[in-house]
Amino acid sequence: MLKNKMALKRIDGRKANELRKITAKVGIIPNADGSAMFSFGNTVAIAAVYGPRMLHPQHMQNPATGILRCNYDLLSFSVHDRKKPGPSRRSQEISKVTEWALLPVLDLKEFPNTVVDVQIYILQADASTRTAGINAASMALAHAGIPMKNLVCSVSIGKLDKDLVIDVNKAEEDFKDGEGATDMAIAKIANSNKFTLMQLDGKVQPEVIPEMLKMANKACEEIYETQEKALKAVLE
Amino acid sequence: MEEDINEAHEAGEEMVSSSEAKKRRAIVPGEIIVTGEDFLPGDGARREGDNVVASRFGLAEEAGRIIKVIAVTGSFIPRRNNVILGRVIDVTFNGWLIDIDYASSAFLPLMESPRFVNKSEMDQFLGIGDIVAAKIWSVKSKGIDLTLKGKGLGRMEGGMVFHISPNRVPRVIGREGSMINLIKDKTGCDITVGQNGWIWVRGENVDSEIKARQAVELVADKVHTEGLTEQVEEWFAKE
Repeated sequence: MLKNKMALKRIDGRKANELRKITAKVGIIPNADGSAMFSFGNTVAIAAVYGPRMLHPQHMQNPATGILRCNYDLLSFSVHDRKKPGPSRRSQEISKVTEWALLPVLDLKEFPNTVVDVQIYILQADASTRTAGINAASMALAHAGIPMKNLVCSVSIGKLDKDLVIDVNKAEEDFKDGEGATDMAIAKIANSNKFTLMQLDGKVQPEVIPEMLKMANKACEEIYETQEKALKAVLE
Repeated sequence: MEEDINEAHEAGEEMVSSSEAKKRRAIVPGEIIVTGEDFLPGDGARREGDNVVASRFGLAEEAGRIIKVIAVTGSFIPRRNNVILGRVIDVTFNGWLIDIDYASSAFLPLMESPRFVNKSEMDQFLGIGDIVAAKIWSVKSKGIDLTLKGKGLGRMEGGMVFHISPNRVPRVIGREGSMINLIKDKTGCDITVGQNGWIWVRGENVDSEIKARQAVELVADKVHTEGLTEQVEEWFAKE
């Protein structure tokens, strides 16, 4: 996969292009119209979908199409130092980018003036939480029977000095030596070359980005397989 | 009450006969169902170049040349002629607003009541909070219209209402209403099943109503198991 050998070993002994153990389960919340759990190693995200349902306040209603409303949050026990509950600048931003990452695959024209609510909660955080959240939300939306063009797969790519690594954990995300802490959350429409989220944190040379996308493509195939299997398991 | 069961069962039959004849398979959105120009995309499917692709999660079915995806999860999607149960949420000058567990509320016009109702006495016929069985007359982007003209439709008096997932309704009704008739026979209750997953039961006493409810929930819990009728019979024998 990589041209040259990595200068550093990954902390958990993974190969550069090796994901953490991924698990997925669909239909975990009986009250919701659709729900799913997705985890990358120690990062666990759950998503619940409600709707399409009536949208209030009324001024947000769109007579041309239904709208998507995402809410992402870390639970207070998901991180080492207790996270103060409630929305924060960070969670609002992630909610918004999650919405943008998912909206291109949805077709809500059949449900004018309505809203589809997606609640994403992180039960346990070990970096790459927004990508785990997007994966869970994509499955939950499918489970809720919302018309979709395709599933969305998401993965993070990090950089340890000069080496690209896939699916960073907390220690790798914070790795500051060499070129500095760098990671990029990527989301894409499955089985296509369309990307719906690229959120870079840190610095990277422009010519490295195509390589990052290539790595993401490969990882997303694996994630898609897991998502597909989890969804089909609901129907036995 | 018989007729609404039969009508509800129209949608039910296609679910129950899943193990027979037509082959079905689970499909995720974006998955290619078939390749070739011979096929036409139906409900829940679309054409993408040479392929017919799923637009939603469910079971793909080939009915001749038409490929469709049957919904198995998710919220209730109203269709014309569905019998549903709802709750009156408002009485307007020319009809009633009914909550049917959908994104928009449904409207039941005064003209669609089975007998003449005086405009000044509308809330005596149907008041706020009443449970009503109605048939969906039309589904438009502006809203849903209901009618009460039909057998077994109207206000539900007494008894109790509970909810199950709307996707489980076909199994609860069973083929030609076999499952629901079995539960009716064993408990002696009147039962009306709405396609939106609302179920109304009324028996001679609360105990029989609770028993009917437990039986329905047992069926709803085990939708995918084979030989469910025998299991329910066994369950009744045990109780």
